[in-house]
Amino acid sequence: MGKPETLVEKIWKQHVVHHEPEKPDLMYIDLHLVHEVTSPQAFEGLRLNNRKVRRPDLTFATMDHNVPTKNRDVIQDQISKKQMDALRKNCKDFGVTLADMYHPDQGIVHVIGPQLGLTQPGKTIVCGDSHTSTHGAFGALAFGIGTSEVEHVLATQTLWQKPPKTLNVHVEGDLGTGVTAKDLILAIISKFGVRFGTGYVMEYTGEAIRNLSMEGRMTVCNMSIEAGARAGLISPDETTVEFLRGKPNVPQGEAFDEKAREWLALATDEGAEYDETVMIKAEEIEPQVSWGTNPGMCVPVSGSTPDVHESDDVARALEYMGLDENQPIQSINIDHVFIGSCTNSRITDLRKAAKIVEGHQVSDHVRAIVVPGSFGTKEQAEKEGLDAIFKSAGFEWREAGCSMCLAMNDDVVPPGGRCASTSNRNFEGRQGNGARTHLVSPEMAAAAAIEGHFVDVRQFAANVYS
Amino acid sequence: MEAIREHQGVAVPLDRTNVDTDQIIPKQFLKRIERTGFGQFLFYHWRFDDDGNKREDFILNQPAYEEGSVLLAGENFGCGSSREHAPWSLLDYGFRVIIAPSFADIFYNNALKNGIIPVQMDEEQVHQWMKQAENEELVLTVDLENQIVCDDNQDVHFDIPAYHRENLLNGLDDIGLTLQHEDKITAFEHAVRA
Repeated sequence: MGKPETLVEKIWKQHVVHHEPEKPDLMYIDLHLVHEVTSPQAFEGLRLNNRKVRRPDLTFATMDHNVPTKNRDVIQDQISKKQMDALRKNCKDFGVTLADMYHPDQGIVHVIGPQLGLTQPGKTIVCGDSHTSTHGAFGALAFGIGTSEVEHVLATQTLWQKPPKTLNVHVEGDLGTGVTAKDLILAIISKFGVRFGTGYVMEYTGEAIRNLSMEGRMTVCNMSIEAGARAGLISPDETTVEFLRGKPNVPQGEAFDEKAREWLALATDEGAEYDETVMIKAEEIEPQVSWGTNPGMCVPVSGSTPDVHESDDVARALEYMGLDENQPIQSINIDHVFIGSCTNSRITDLRKAAKIVEGHQVSDHVRAIVVPGSFGTKEQAEKEGLDAIFKSAGFEWREAGCSMCLAMNDDVVPPGGRCASTSNRNFEGRQGNGARTHLVSPEMAAAAAIEGHFVDVRQFAANVYS
Repeated sequence: MEAIREHQGVAVPLDRTNVDTDQIIPKQFLKRIERTGFGQFLFYHWRFDDDGNKREDFILNQPAYEEGSVLLAGENFGCGSSREHAPWSLLDYGFRVIIAPSFADIFYNNALKNGIIPVQMDEEQVHQWMKQAENEELVLTVDLENQIVCDDNQDVHFDIPAYHRENLLNGLDDIGLTLQHEDKITAFEHAVRA
């Protein structure tokens, strides 16, 4: 028996193509996901240098950031259209598979990767998008890269990387009823700050993590980048295996069971050491609501905004957000609700939100939209009648895409508008110039849509949780 | 990428922490398919009001900093999205050096790929320069070869990984370098498939 190893160490060893002392390692990349916004300049670079895509078979593209979520027949925004047309042409010229806007596999890149079984334990996965950390939920080493690195991976299927330091985020105990994966990750970022993960790969461990569904794990890993970590992952277990069983791009039958044994062996060994460890108690976590302009600025729903004298950052954030100091969270009125994004747009998110919404009406001063993460998610939800629940309550039911998370398409919160959002970033102007974003779970967003202000969903929907 | 050994320029103090890439280059400007022309959109909503008029109080709009090419900023500069449009816009606007106590990982990498020197420096020193630059013209010289930043009175050392320093000094094309190892990549692929 050798020295106990972490999941990250095991994946690393399997992917080093070239090693020299004092230099980064040349790492092999198993899966490269591509979307329309961060790829055009990379493909152009290939053309200028007469280079090919080395492994089109390990490259998969979709369009998600720009796509309209309604009236798709005609793209009104000509600049967006140009970017989508460029991706179409690039994929055709370089032989890359594309889930186009009208394709049944289309969706947010971090939703469809797992759905198609492209995301698998032990893989190295990159994409020109910081929320690539999502795929770490499967025990893959997955991280976002810039366009120069996109070009590098297209041309060489490798990247120069330093072996990362590891940070164990240990969650003790289990989450209470009505407290979700989103509340957990917001509480972690709020407790340790928006840069505690910088320079590290985070591994989430502990009972609460083990008890999460794959969708919940994706929500947690998705927001690793909001804590500064390029990658966050979770050791594969039976939950991981069962999610992947029968998915399109995984082995089938006996070959799957053999593959599953390999995956399970990747889990961090008992006694393996991390460079750092932090701990948080799950029982103490309440549903969270962000009040400021970065994801660390969060409080429990029973809490209030901070004192304005705490720091310049607090004062500036309160001013941007149009909030008073020491203002109770539940007194904040909202006018927009967005249920969607690569953080919270999967089928279980929609099921849980629908449960809260059922039998109620959206408050008359609130505009609420649901944007499923993928075409496949939308179809599944419609099969289960979730669309009918949302629509009869007054929600708009849309086509798949990134949508109001970053408002690159027409789904924009107007200046001064206030949105309860299941997305991942509450930066100034993120959902529209002058827009104010409050990050919450899908259940909390659903309850806020109905009441018109934030409420504790555990009380609002006591019957659902009893 | 253009090689860079030394850079001298006027320091611009942006006294904010956690400057995210959504502020550096807002999303409505990410739809271009070129690498150039992003400078006009840098810090757009901090530079311009809703009617497109200059906000006079924003640091980049003050005449004293018009020629600035060394940006001083707070902790965690460049957090958020992986958009390389952020360094493209900084570079196109005229910044070649960013000095901050810490950088977000992805931004740090992206800056290096574009010939921008990200200088990580302790907070006290950055703060001191910021105060100075707020009150008078501060010219800083960054000597990458010797890893020092000089003002009129002192040379201050900074760390940068040797590999990145070499690439910046030589303006090397990463892909060209990597393809020198192509036989190893091919061998790796055969071994995995076997």
